[in-house]
Amino acid sequence: MSGLPGYTGAARRVLERAGASVGDYVELVTSDGRVFRGILMPRYALSQKPIVVLKLDNGYNVGVRVDEHAQVVVLKTREAVLREAAAGAPAPVPLLEEQPRREGLPRVSVLGTGGTIASKVEYETGAVKPAFSSEEILEAVPEVGFIAEIKARVVMNILSENMRPRYWERIVEEVAREIEGGAEGVVVAHGTDTMAYTAAALAFALRGLPVPVALVGAQRSSDRPSSDAAFNLLAAVLYAARYEGAEVAVVMHGETGDTYALAHRGTRVRKMHTSRRDAFQSINDRPLARIYPFERRIEPLQEPLRRRGAEELRVENGFEEKVALVKYYPGMDAEVIDFLVDRGYKGIVLEGTGLGHVGEWLVDSIKRAVDSDVVVVMTSQTLFGRVNMNVYNTGRKLLAAGVVPAEDMLPETAYVKLSWLLARYEPREARRLIRVNLAGEIGERHTLDLYPRWPL
Amino acid sequence: MMERRADPSSVDPRELGLRVGLEIHQQLATRRKLFCSCPAELSGEGEPSDVFVRQLRPTRSELGEVDIAALFEWRKGRMYRYHAPRMHSCLVEADEEPPHEMNREAVVIALAMARAFNSMVVDEIYVMRKIVIDGSNTSGFQRTAIVALGGAVKLPSGKTLGIQSIAVEEDAARKLGEEGRFTDYLLDRLGIPLIEISTAPDIESPEEAYEAALTIGQMLRLTGRVKRGLGTIRQDLNVSIKGGAKIEIKGVQRLDLLPKIVLYEALRQKRLLEIRDELRRRGVSREDVVSNASIVDVSDVFKETKSKIIRRSLQRGGRVLAVRLYGFAGLLGVEVQPGRRFGTELADYARFWGGVGGIFHSDELPGYGITAEELEQVYKALKANPERDAVVLVADEERKARKALEAVVERAAMALEGVPKETRAANEDGTTRFMRPQPGSARMYPETDIPPLEVTEDMLAEAEKLKPPHPMEKMEELRRRYGLSDDLARQLLRSPYLPLFETLAEELAGKLSASYIASVFTNILRSLQREGVPVERLGEEQLEAVLRKAAEGAVGKDAVPELLAYLAKNPGASVEEAIEKLGLRRVDTADVERLVEEAVEKLRQEILARGQRALSKVMGAVMPKLRGRVDGRLVAEIARRKIEEVLRQASGAPERAS
Ligand SMILES: [Zn+2]
Repeated sequence: MSGLPGYTGAARRVLERAGASVGDYVELVTSDGRVFRGILMPRYALSQKPIVVLKLDNGYNVGVRVDEHAQVVVLKTREAVLREAAAGAPAPVPLLEEQPRREGLPRVSVLGTGGTIASKVEYETGAVKPAFSSEEILEAVPEVGFIAEIKARVVMNILSENMRPRYWERIVEEVAREIEGGAEGVVVAHGTDTMAYTAAALAFALRGLPVPVALVGAQRSSDRPSSDAAFNLLAAVLYAARYEGAEVAVVMHGETGDTYALAHRGTRVRKMHTSRRDAFQSINDRPLARIYPFERRIEPLQEPLRRRGAEELRVENGFEEKVALVKYYPGMDAEVIDFLVDRGYKGIVLEGTGLGHVGEWLVDSIKRAVDSDVVVVMTSQTLFGRVNMNVYNTGRKLLAAGVVPAEDMLPETAYVKLSWLLARYEPREARRLIRVNLAGEIGERHTLDLYPRWPL
Repeated sequence: MMERRADPSSVDPRELGLRVGLEIHQQLATRRKLFCSCPAELSGEGEPSDVFVRQLRPTRSELGEVDIAALFEWRKGRMYRYHAPRMHSCLVEADEEPPHEMNREAVVIALAMARAFNSMVVDEIYVMRKIVIDGSNTSGFQRTAIVALGGAVKLPSGKTLGIQSIAVEEDAARKLGEEGRFTDYLLDRLGIPLIEISTAPDIESPEEAYEAALTIGQMLRLTGRVKRGLGTIRQDLNVSIKGGAKIEIKGVQRLDLLPKIVLYEALRQKRLLEIRDELRRRGVSREDVVSNASIVDVSDVFKETKSKIIRRSLQRGGRVLAVRLYGFAGLLGVEVQPGRRFGTELADYARFWGGVGGIFHSDELPGYGITAEELEQVYKALKANPERDAVVLVADEERKARKALEAVVERAAMALEGVPKETRAANEDGTTRFMRPQPGSARMYPETDIPPLEVTEDMLAEAEKLKPPHPMEKMEELRRRYGLSDDLARQLLRSPYLPLFETLAEELAGKLSASYIASVFTNILRSLQREGVPVERLGEEQLEAVLRKAAEGAVGKDAVPELLAYLAKNPGASVEEAIEKLGLRRVDTADVERLVEEAVEKLRQEILARGQRALSKVMGAVMPKLRGRVDGRLVAEIARRKIEEVLRQASGAPERAS
């Protein structure tokens, strides 16, 4: 990094006058006579205040207010600083002393889509940069080298919240390419916010999947010692290399501690917490397996949909973007539905109340949507349980209007599924297939234990 | 040949060019923690808590460096078991939620100190992550932020000591213990705000180090916004002598130990330089040490050994490895600090790098069950010359033993250069032990989860109100305002109870003298402590309650020590309970009259013989039954009157109604 990123106004003018750029070692004398020396840092703060940020010799950053009379002198250029630092650095020590044997291990491909499973810190600024080559991963998490022969590459660099259906298509292609190239398992590193959507997308598009595919991420960034990235990656690689089934799963911490990870079926998983390591939970279903990365052990918790190698991969890629996921709320107006219909949306997934209801004043607009060949699907905002629209009058009216109840499917999964179906089927067929279990997204039996409770 | 014993009295620190810098860490008395809304206090016993286990991975610095101590722990599979009390920790301490914005209250207290030292306040405060991978921080780093730079403090000696920086940072979790590969930590203390004041390395004697720590500590307390009691203040030191090295010493909790630690460290560095000079005199070079140090398996020598340690190790499949230290004959037994030999320093390295229990070296052998014959054979196996060389043995798993001996050789080679840069930990006796090599550069990264905090005019104005006076000024005030003696004022300044004293001296004026209240907080507490009373358990509320009872006249002043002792020994007891239990309830005058009459009756012969001079006898008989429940002066008055009556009766004078 160089130049003066983040600096505006007087601060920028003072720095420009001195010919300083980020990374230079400078002396700053303020107009009230205070003297500071340190490496010029980029300014990330949102405020426009005329503040110069320096990294002092003791490693601390401080912000100093300047005006036009402040004096800056560059004492050492960024290049000189880096040269000195590199000269004083000791020889790097590997994390592990033993080297893994490379032959005979299952081949696992690791694909990066964004987020940081491994990262490096920039010397001048302390900024975190992703590191994603096979070598970099093996350097950061050498243990994976003992489980699998790793091949890693970056396929895109998207912030999780910026993920779009068209990127799912790219990821489907890349995963398929690895499987066709002989990978015995695939790990997709992904930001956690929308990871569950991508997992569902892969589960629908990779028909006849012959190997396990794990999506993995980190809730604590990988530049910190307490990061969950390495633990999760280890668990994901174990899943990809050794799991007996061939399913798409999200593999993340199973509890707050570093004891086990859980592999959640890609169509049944939801991020249920903003920040905890164990944010991902299986809803209306048991996780596929518990994984103990330190013991290199996988404990299956239920039957996989498909065994490894049982089928041939058939890629059915493509997602319709004109599909909406709409959460019902008591003040909702019918024009929300009308708007989507008028804008040419092909599918609407409703997240209704309770057993699958919306205010009866929406029924007419919904009927109009169905009559316009828009597929309208009902899920529940309770998340847990199955929709049943036969119990109450409103439900029956909605059924009569043509709403398709989505059984016990998660709203997000129903949204991904509808998007996938509408990219390849007529509305009629899509309406039928919504209610057919294609990738473990629908369960017929719920037992009493499938619901979290407070411990006694 | 060198003198074997290390004698602290032989050291003149100034002559050695002693230089000391202090880092004072003091817990702040804020309502909430630094980066979350948990109360900034320790948890109570029996509080419901959750337990979880974590690992910390050593991270690579921007230059590819790895913290070696952390790496070793990680390779060994070190796990940290955290106990999270639900009322005193939340997801932030569990590293399960990003930190909240920095507690302004803590920043203001630090700004107040900055004002007192005339330091340069920064305009925007940036929180940094200082990597700490011993498990004491769940995140693997300590969050810390510089608030001000520069400034100075005047010591009572008149010397001006430079201040380098003032930072606000989070305290670490409390270590509960270790069990196999698990280390247990309690999360209540994690996140309590600390102020860190770093002085320039301008301190030139052990006494001055004490003076500086005392003065800064007093100023902190004079803000009225810092925590009190054991463990709320800790000092780190850096100590060097001319030709030595800047050694960091961590975690000194007892102020009175500070001068000794400084002196002993100066001594250690001096002794290490003497060992270097002795080696040079012997003509030993680094090359001699390193190239003559092949590690040899001498297990065969010990097949029939009487040494229990070695036998046990061999039975477990371990080996005995030995190495020669060329030219070191006699030097391993040389003391570097009282009770710590150069061999102990080598053993520290063996333990740290090899993870072994310890070493045997030729200057302590024969011994520990190892015979002279065995030692001789080891010398032979190593082709070493007992007149010239030392040998070191380790019995353990072969891989560990080898690493341990490699570290021993490396440390021995360092002796030729003098004092290696180390971070050391203080022992109870003032000596120090090797903790870890000093980390290369300050491993400090921006805390990207917390926005920078602008120092506003409002904050500076609040700080101005908390700005402490200099302790000398405060002492003058105590003398003037409360009429305290020099000695009491000085003691009170060192006491954590100074603010309480001021409150009570004002409120109880006219009922209890300020000097008396001051003496309770100083002399009385100290003598109770000397008697073994756990006075540190006394809370301010209890001290206050006892003094209020005395002021009301509910108990006598002489009952105060007894009451305090009771409360200290019975946590949770109320003052009323204590008064009841100790039988200190005030007696009324009628009871006193009755008791005195009884005594006078018994002592009638004595009184008739000695008159009023028998008063002390009467008092001696009565007071044990009344101590603390009534003012002695009242008893004396009644006794004098009763004696008078007895005498008058005896002389036949008419009796008057009393
Ligand atoms: Zn908290």
